[in-house]
Amino acid sequence: MSVIVGSDTRLCVSGITGSEGTFHTLNNKRYGTNVVSGVTPGKGGRDVEGIPVFDTFAKAVDETGANTAMIFVPPAFAADSILEAADAGIETIVAITEGIPAHDELRVFTQLRRQGNVRLVGPNCPGVLSPGKANVGIIPAAFFKEGGVGVVSRSGTLTYQIGNEIAQRGFGNSSIVGIGGDPVPGTSFIDVIALFEADPETELIVMAGEIGGDAEERAADYIAEHVTKPVVAYIAGFTAPPGKTMGHAGAIVSGSKGTAAAKAEALEAKGVRVGRTPTQVAEIAVEILRGA
Amino acid sequence: MDLLEYQGKQLFARHDIPVPAGRPARSVDEAVAAADEIGYPCVVKAQVKIGGRGKAGGIKVAQDAGEARAHAEAILGMDIRGFTVHEIWIEGASQIEDEWYASIIFDRSAKKPLVMFSTKGGMDIEAVADETPEAIATRHVDPLLGLQPFEGRRIAYEGGVPADLVRPLGAFLTRLYETFVAEEAMLVEVNPLIVTPERELRALDAKVTLDDNALFRHRENAELRDPSAEDPQERMAHERGLTYVKLDGDIGILGNGAGLVMSTLDVVARYGGKPANFLDAGGGSKAEAITQAVEVILSNDRVKAVLFNIFGGITRCDEVANGLVEAFRQIAPQVPFVVRLDGTNDQEGRRILAEADLPNVHPAATMDEAAERVVQLAKEASA
Repeated sequence: MSVIVGSDTRLCVSGITGSEGTFHTLNNKRYGTNVVSGVTPGKGGRDVEGIPVFDTFAKAVDETGANTAMIFVPPAFAADSILEAADAGIETIVAITEGIPAHDELRVFTQLRRQGNVRLVGPNCPGVLSPGKANVGIIPAAFFKEGGVGVVSRSGTLTYQIGNEIAQRGFGNSSIVGIGGDPVPGTSFIDVIALFEADPETELIVMAGEIGGDAEERAADYIAEHVTKPVVAYIAGFTAPPGKTMGHAGAIVSGSKGTAAAKAEALEAKGVRVGRTPTQVAEIAVEILRGA
Repeated sequence: MDLLEYQGKQLFARHDIPVPAGRPARSVDEAVAAADEIGYPCVVKAQVKIGGRGKAGGIKVAQDAGEARAHAEAILGMDIRGFTVHEIWIEGASQIEDEWYASIIFDRSAKKPLVMFSTKGGMDIEAVADETPEAIATRHVDPLLGLQPFEGRRIAYEGGVPADLVRPLGAFLTRLYETFVAEEAMLVEVNPLIVTPERELRALDAKVTLDDNALFRHRENAELRDPSAEDPQERMAHERGLTYVKLDGDIGILGNGAGLVMSTLDVVARYGGKPANFLDAGGGSKAEAITQAVEVILSNDRVKAVLFNIFGGITRCDEVANGLVEAFRQIAPQVPFVVRLDGTNDQEGRRILAEADLPNVHPAATMDEAAERVVQLAKEASA
């Protein structure tokens, strides 16, 4: 088992004919992901190294049975593409695009929640990797192998850093989920933690958060009430000054709200162990796994 | 992007929100001319993106041209909590019967816009929220429906607004919501929202934060960015498309990915160092971007040592190494570098650096080792 993407994934890529879209689509395909189609308006009928391209998601779903979408189009067109995928009946949408306007994200999030039966991961995320099964996004799969650690993170490279330290100590991953660094992520820490809790392959959950918002604090409450598996957390941005956006649109301390210290405290108060460096996170995780 | 008060007011005026008539000025003569045109009494207001302007002496009433000149001379160039006043705003003085508060924020937690209103305006709203939370009426708005008239009335009634001003306040909030959506703001705040003796509502201040990611479809707002008020390194980085935040330490930091860079700052701090900057070279950085990033980091003369922390995903370590070699060829840095390369093409990257044999460049195997080393080197350089 794995979460969000796996052996049942039938992927259709929006923006497949762009240079980045093509590059990562083919990477995902080489990894073993079942890439069934792509969508680029105006380029229907072509193919990208044998992957058929359609003008609309509706047609791609009809003809290739796609159940998962990856969004690789520029920010100005991303909200439209996500809504199109959802309208065509796609159930899992992974949005890699960085820089989508926040109000677009708000409308998309509200509409998808109203529609139901559709999960959006991202935007501004590295995607989801289920080692040995499927890779949807830009996570460098070579550093990860199959195993029992589920990772959920707001940051891409930080995930690679932590995941790699765990791999170097001999452990692998069930799934690695990048939820993205934007103010309105389609999928929250809580959503993914619930999936990992229910996933028989996942033995331990690593959650990598950062400054801004209150998603980590909410996750702390959820973990205390609903999660039986061990959770190890990391929070980036202890030294971030208030009022400055630290790269991710969502990573900003507003006044006294959203600080790393407050998040770490909230998690520790609910019994979640928090590593102060990526190395410490890996050490704690491995200590728990070896003891288990 | 935060707007200056007057830029916010001009934005409000475009959406028919009543604001006092005024004009901006960048020199004393301009200020006097503006004051003469507006008439007396008028208010001379420092335009800086920080609160507490009144207390700092940055807001003064002028009764005549002589006073307008004196105030403009005093305020232009004044330092308000670290911000230099480059611009002032002259507006007609308002008569105030009551001071209220209204705002709309982008509530990430609820994933909806949040309207807040209070008849206790003119002061710090966080203090009002702490001491008398019942004095603030709030309402989350459905982003697909927008603020409905009944919601505006409900906020007004719950906020204790006098009967004659319930509908005017509802209309005011509707326009404020239209501004929030149309301009793609993350925050619009009016404090104080005044009631005049004629029972009219008017925005006496304006605090607006726009979504940087939406500026591409608001050209006129994008031009409001004021490069002269920006930090020189931040401006240089912005022009080169790099994500850079200046900090107050002496260790230059470059990494790829916002989370990893934030984490790098934290690890450096744990080893007793003080980062001079946040710099995310981004995904898929090519050699040229790395060279430019080194230039930006070193243009801050407080930097005593530099740490490169790269975990390559889309970013290839060989590109980073080539960029660093090129930076050394072009600008011959005088400070030590510690370089940690892991991930995509890391062996190739390390080989390139070893062969180039750059002076004062120290490889490190892990993030912790790299942080410890750079802190040590920065201390030696300061000693």
